[in-house]
Amino acid sequence: MSDLVLETKNLGITFGGLKAVQDVNLKVKKNELYGLVGPNGAGKTTVFNMLTGVYQPTTGTFYLDGEELKGKSQEQINHKGIARTFQNIRLFNNMSVIRNVLVALHNQPEFKYSPFAGMFHTPKYYDTEVRMRDKAKEILRVFGLEKERNNLACNLSYGTQRKLEIARALATNPKLLLLDEPAAGMNPNETAELMEIVRFIRDEFNLSVLLIEHDMRFVSGLCDEVTVLNFGTTLAQGDTKTALNDPEVIKAYIGG
Amino acid sequence: MIIIADGLSLGAIYALIALGYTMVYGIAKMLNFAHGDIIMVGAYVILTTLQMTGNPYIAIAASIVVCTVAGIVIERLAYKPLRGASPLAVLITAIGVSFLLQSVAQLIYGSKSQAIALPDFGKITIAGNHIAVSTLITLIVGGIIMAGLTVFVKKTSTGRAMQAVSEDRGAALLMGVNVNRIIMITFAIGSALAAFASLFYLMQIPSITPTLGSMPGIKAFTAAVIGGIGSIPGAMLGGVLLGLIEKVCLSIPAISPYTTAIEFGLLIIILLVKPIGILGKQRREKV
Repeated sequence: MSDLVLETKNLGITFGGLKAVQDVNLKVKKNELYGLVGPNGAGKTTVFNMLTGVYQPTTGTFYLDGEELKGKSQEQINHKGIARTFQNIRLFNNMSVIRNVLVALHNQPEFKYSPFAGMFHTPKYYDTEVRMRDKAKEILRVFGLEKERNNLACNLSYGTQRKLEIARALATNPKLLLLDEPAAGMNPNETAELMEIVRFIRDEFNLSVLLIEHDMRFVSGLCDEVTVLNFGTTLAQGDTKTALNDPEVIKAYIGG
Repeated sequence: MIIIADGLSLGAIYALIALGYTMVYGIAKMLNFAHGDIIMVGAYVILTTLQMTGNPYIAIAASIVVCTVAGIVIERLAYKPLRGASPLAVLITAIGVSFLLQSVAQLIYGSKSQAIALPDFGKITIAGNHIAVSTLITLIVGGIIMAGLTVFVKKTSTGRAMQAVSEDRGAALLMGVNVNRIIMITFAIGSALAAFASLFYLMQIPSITPTLGSMPGIKAFTAAVIGGIGSIPGAMLGGVLLGLIEKVCLSIPAISPYTTAIEFGLLIIILLVKPIGILGKQRREKV
């Protein structure tokens, strides 16, 4: 057994004639915090979309815990253990905070009950609902959101919405969490707090995190390894400090 | 008093049908114009099983089962392959399914109207008013079903998933919600409600034609739009409102010929004043 959680092999996608992403080879280890960085338009979110089944890769494939997931549907991939957040927040806005988390718990084996059980309020229904709510509250507590649980998601502040998105993704019990610019729009205090939270959930929930971020202090303070993308190809890869100080990377970022 | 009771019970029928329209619209984002014809299917099933067994309860159960299955099969065969297609293609398919159901019914049962003999529950007197028991049954059972549905959507896992799919299908998929299953359940529930509606409808007007579902279907759709399409309480409110208006108008000789015009006139006014319907959710575009 290898200790790789995610492995991508020559992952790539073409839109029409445009090679949006080519030959991405990521190796994310168990409990690792891995960064995916690069200038705007480098194809980072496209990689996320391929890993979650939103786009079908045209070349290459990817494995989660050794199991090939290419070609599986979005919800199957989620059940296998990849969960994500979105660059532009996509919460269920007109639902309460806790309801957002409960939806994400809905398809896990331990919390499943049939619509009929729900319709007739069987003992199984009550039992499962109580356990679901406890679990949801436990997750919200990690993010300090338990006081907000009955507020509508759309009424939360931007930074809090970002946290709720991570909480919701966590509720699907992933092995690998994909965070798409989690610190975007956060102030420095919130960013520092978020770094703590990401480390905490990595340990507490025993998972790996692959994250896209433009805030380099965030990336270098948090990630063990990074991959730098530019125009859809890998520019540098490896240990965070070394990769980010690569002259090619600096050139891509500041131009010249 | 009688008018109010009649109006409320007709309203309950409209509301039950309107719920089917509104739930499917809210969750699958499509207008299922074949929904009215499910009522017709339910009515013919009641007729046939009643002739075969003579037992009205078996007939009712059979109609609920057949309608639910019909709803699921129609969704699978006609609408599921079009998931992601343009709304217009889906709309035209729905109209096609509606014609198909009507034509098949016509092939089997002919186009003449057939009378159906449901058990007569008689009338009871409340405060000096003679009210048909069937009216009260419609009111009470309709009310219970709607309350049950509200609890189901609010309190259960499936209900939450339905709301999530309605809010953001893409995000729901990525949170592991089986969207196809949720849409199937929605069609099943909507069609089962239509089966109840067809029973109540026959208790008021005991004759069946292949186009039986069209008018109540369109009225219920109007009710759903008035209440705010996509909103479950909206469909209930719209249905009851429309039922009351219809019965009140019919009871006043001077305006009774214009009843239908008044109902659709109300729709136009609502659309002008509040295009999202009375309880419709305002979708704010974020810039």
